[in-house]
Amino acid sequence: MSEPVLYLDGVSVVFDGFKALNGLSLIVDAGELRAIIGPNGAGKTTMMDVITGKTRPTAGVVRFRRHDLTKLDEASIANLGIGRKFQKPTMFDALTVFENLELALKAPRGPLACLRWVLTGEARRRIEAVMEEVGLAARAHDRAAILSHGQRQWLEIGMLLMQDPELLLVDEPVAGMTDQETEHTAALLVRIAGRRSVVVVEHDLEFVRALGSKVTVLCEGSMLSEGSIDHVQNDPRVVEVYLGR
Amino acid sequence: MTLRLVLIGAVLVLAALPALNRLPAENALHVSDFIVSIAGKWITYAVLALAIDLAWGYAGILSLGHGAFFALGGYAIGMHLMRLIGPRGVYGHPVLPDFMVFLGYKELPWYWLGFDHFPFAILMAMLVPGVLAGVVGYLAFRSRITGVYLSIITQALTYALMLAFFRNDMGFGGNNGFTDFKELLGMPLNTAAARGALFYASLLLLLGALWICSRVTRSKLGRVLVAIRDAESRARFLGYDVTQHKLFVFVLSAMIAGLAGALYVPQVGIINPGEFSPGNSIEAVIWVAVGGRGTLVGALLGAFSVNALKTWLTTVAPDLWLFALGGLFVAVTLFLPRGLIGLFSRAQR
Repeated sequence: MSEPVLYLDGVSVVFDGFKALNGLSLIVDAGELRAIIGPNGAGKTTMMDVITGKTRPTAGVVRFRRHDLTKLDEASIANLGIGRKFQKPTMFDALTVFENLELALKAPRGPLACLRWVLTGEARRRIEAVMEEVGLAARAHDRAAILSHGQRQWLEIGMLLMQDPELLLVDEPVAGMTDQETEHTAALLVRIAGRRSVVVVEHDLEFVRALGSKVTVLCEGSMLSEGSIDHVQNDPRVVEVYLGR
Repeated sequence: MTLRLVLIGAVLVLAALPALNRLPAENALHVSDFIVSIAGKWITYAVLALAIDLAWGYAGILSLGHGAFFALGGYAIGMHLMRLIGPRGVYGHPVLPDFMVFLGYKELPWYWLGFDHFPFAILMAMLVPGVLAGVVGYLAFRSRITGVYLSIITQALTYALMLAFFRNDMGFGGNNGFTDFKELLGMPLNTAAARGALFYASLLLLLGALWICSRVTRSKLGRVLVAIRDAESRARFLGYDVTQHKLFVFVLSAMIAGLAGALYVPQVGIINPGEFSPGNSIEAVIWVAVGGRGTLVGALLGAFSVNALKTWLTTVAPDLWLFALGGLFVAVTLFLPRGLIGLFSRAQR
């Protein structure tokens, strides 16, 4: 069994006495696609914040391969190979689809390196390949501001792919999408996993079913249940938190 | 494309001014000394506007203290000009400028050493603003101070410098600053030749600054700056060290502003702590807002048009100027968020 990509053990985050995470443990293997579900306030977003360095855990171990993520800032964590897609798609509206992807492309990030940067044929091909993959090739030179909601989500996934991350964190990718867009997104994420690990946080259980992956249920900051979608849906504890007490 | 032609045309017209000034006064194309010196001054303002636009329009760093960098550059060249007066001061002291004799200095303070050399003074006109911007920027950007808080800090910076430079014991001439300059690089300042030379030097600086700024804004760095301006934390998650990028552009901008100040002072013949007044910095930001931030040409357009308005209005109705300036800022914010240049590109479409 190979070494896990992401390893969380006993992670707690306390905000003013409120335990957003409470002894959370989670292991994600290389190439794995994992869905995380849970009611509002279960700590899904806080977990993402801890992994990406936005929030420091009060206690616990957070490791990416051999790196201790609790000691690194957002930029260094991103450069290690962890990409994050936010709940609300955020990109650079004033820039085109192509330019957004170009900024995301793995390349030296310092000011002088950016000043001297020349777009090589290879970089162009990589950007074009990602645009093809997420279905935005026709919109290459449109500003991100004028894309539809679904297209913005795909652009953001594309930006993550440009960074060639080992681990992708995707926060509620299908919120507000049409059924067709949701389907397209599920297929996209399944395609992406395998070459890299993908962690998807989502409310939409139909979408999670379409992913066909292992599911982790969070509740009140810790893991409640884990297994296939059918397994967790039939777990009485899960039914209880979802259907109310 | 049209915009580029207009720009080239404007530069050519500007470049012709000192030559037209040499024509005999009765010639229809003769340009007065007043026009040449005021145009030279405006060019240095336009360079300051470019510097502000680079930081604000592209990287979103709204500095309300850029006048401080401009003034520091001015003081650096002012120190050189004071040293060149030599024994020709009123008190006739062989080394010390008049104000030092008056204040009872026995020898030149250590920080005046080197300013008798022109290259050193020019270097300092860039380095001092650059280092100050570097220190202030590093502390502010590292602590992720943005938006209005950063603006207030820069405003406080220029105000603090103004109070400091007002003090006689700072060794920069206090209240009166420096004036009564005689010559620069062997040219007596009060001549048409010197005016023309300073004018062309300013125009060269403007073109150089425009070249550097457009190098930055057209490169990937420019797009990174726009990215930081619009979604700073997203840029950070993409792996960009936002502090480094902001620092780079802030220091570059301060150095350009310093050089602009260094060419401004010999043309107006005086530098005093009033140049640090917060109002100056705010006015310069308004030039950029009026012209259109985030486009380099907009910054130039704003600097020239607002200053033209100011020159005209302060002659016909001096009391109205500040109201007009405030009104202009409100009007542009409400009706022309992209500035005058916005009108231009709308017409082009």
